[in-house]
Amino acid sequence: MIALNAVSHNYQNGHKISFKDWQVNDGSQWLLLGASGSGKTTLLHILTGILKPQQGSVAINGTSIYNLSSKDLDQFRGRNIGIIFQRPHLIKSLTIKENLIMAQSFANLPTDLNRVKDVLTSLGIADKKNAYPSELSQGQLQRVSIARAVINKPTLLIADEPTSSLDDKNAAAVLKLLIDQSGINQATLIVATHDKRVKDAFTNTYELS
Amino acid sequence: MSPLKISWKSIWSKPLSSALNIMLIAFGTGILTILLLASKQISDKLENNSKDIDLVVGAKGSPLQLILSSIYYIDFPTGNIPLKEAEELARSPFVKKAVPLALGDNYNGVRIVGTDSNFVGIYKLKVKEGKFWQIDFETTIGTSVAENLKLKIGDTFYGAHGLAGSTDVHKTHAYKVSGILAPQGNVTDNLILTNISSVWKMHDPEEEKEHNHRTDKNEAPEIENKEITSLLIQYRSPMSVVMFPRMVNESTNMQAASPAQESTRLFSLIGVGVDTLQWFAVLIMFIAAISVFVNLYNSLKERSYDLAIMRTLGASRGKLFLIVIAEGIMLTLAGTLIGIALGHFALQFIGGNQESSQARLSGFIFLGQEAYLFVAGLAIGIFAAIIPAVQAYRSNISKILSKN
Repeated sequence: MIALNAVSHNYQNGHKISFKDWQVNDGSQWLLLGASGSGKTTLLHILTGILKPQQGSVAINGTSIYNLSSKDLDQFRGRNIGIIFQRPHLIKSLTIKENLIMAQSFANLPTDLNRVKDVLTSLGIADKKNAYPSELSQGQLQRVSIARAVINKPTLLIADEPTSSLDDKNAAAVLKLLIDQSGINQATLIVATHDKRVKDAFTNTYELS
Repeated sequence: MSPLKISWKSIWSKPLSSALNIMLIAFGTGILTILLLASKQISDKLENNSKDIDLVVGAKGSPLQLILSSIYYIDFPTGNIPLKEAEELARSPFVKKAVPLALGDNYNGVRIVGTDSNFVGIYKLKVKEGKFWQIDFETTIGTSVAENLKLKIGDTFYGAHGLAGSTDVHKTHAYKVSGILAPQGNVTDNLILTNISSVWKMHDPEEEKEHNHRTDKNEAPEIENKEITSLLIQYRSPMSVVMFPRMVNESTNMQAASPAQESTRLFSLIGVGVDTLQWFAVLIMFIAAISVFVNLYNSLKERSYDLAIMRTLGASRGKLFLIVIAEGIMLTLAGTLIGIALGHFALQFIGGNQESSQARLSGFIFLGQEAYLFVAGLAIGIFAAIIPAVQAYRSNISKILSKN
């Protein structure tokens, strides 16, 4: 699924960080652990094709993603990778439904309202589909951002600190949803966190030092 | 969901600042539209009304005033000229056609013009209903006059002394409508035409009687002392242009004025005001462009995270560029459209409130040049949005996303 080979990145301040090689198998669920500043976000950006590393290669489903053109890489990301950020960041001028349709169209997939409805239903927020992001609570917004990440049935689901801004109850719920959704959509799941509440749910761990 | 719809929704998500931008652009475009329409119509009217008239001969005074009063029926006449001298000029070999005019009365602000059948020929008039005036106190009225004053064939009315106002009414004789002109698209739409002797009789019927008594022995008493306001002249040959005006100005007590020359002079005077307003409108447009730019630039700061998220969802750099630039173009095009509509309605409103019906402006005339305003709107949109759009295109999404 994912093969990380001899990847290292130089920060602008000259600091260099090297990542150990990483093989992720189809459908597996991983925890990416590391203290703040250890390069977690950098690694996630490298994995998702947002940040090109100075050395090494990243292959997803056999495609060496940094050999793609910028446009193809964006397209590849839209179709194959679903990303959940620490904060939901939905487009404020669009309704929940429109936010999901937008994700479909950016990936050049046809608008599929049934899929939108199914995903929202499986996350328990079907009744909010015509609401605007400002009308939803943090927990609901985080669910929408999960919905947006899985709407195109990605093969890889990546979450960056998805629980850190949530209380215990919501954190547990979101974590459960992530694991459930990766199961439903048969997606490989990588969760980057320093949140201790998350650790127990995973068996595979990649630790940054 | 197309990028255009995202731009569209984004505009609607901040209605106040979008409305401000659209309003600024609309005002600028509106002023330009009014200027465009008004100056075009004014110059057309100036040309139309003096098309076949090469020269106007009238009493000495301001040549512009003579033209304004005898061609456009706006200003007061310069005075009167003796009919005898006018007829001598009319018989000159330089002249192909000469039309005498006798002004002095109005009916509800519409000028009553005493003239002869040459007037029909020089303006190529046709009647829509009825016939041309033939006997004293018969009139043929312009199509706008019939419409505005609700006059029909057979109606009668009293003229009032002066060129406007209806305090001093000539009650002795009533005019009768004998014909209505077909629309001519020039000043004759707003005139009441009759023969010259009607105007004379209207003015001093008693004096005329006395006059006849006193000058029994005079062979041509009427011609001897009669006066008219001016004489419209059509030249026989281009040679006349050089000779005739000089002859009139030097050898008679009258003056000759060329409608073409005076119209050009008049329009150059108006032109100064038009130019000033034009620059003012351009300035407003420029401010509008800056306002759209600031609006987009600021919203881009807020939206940089949104745009980065769109990239993670698969949108290419090109799409982000399109989203931002489309937003700018939509704002300015909406402003341009509203501005053009505003300009037309405003001009129609101004025309409706104009006192002088002779120079009435219409807002419901569309010009090819208005397409340039669209192009200008588009250009302003691109100008205002290009920097934010390029920024969106170039943005380093990894940096933006990790800032949080």
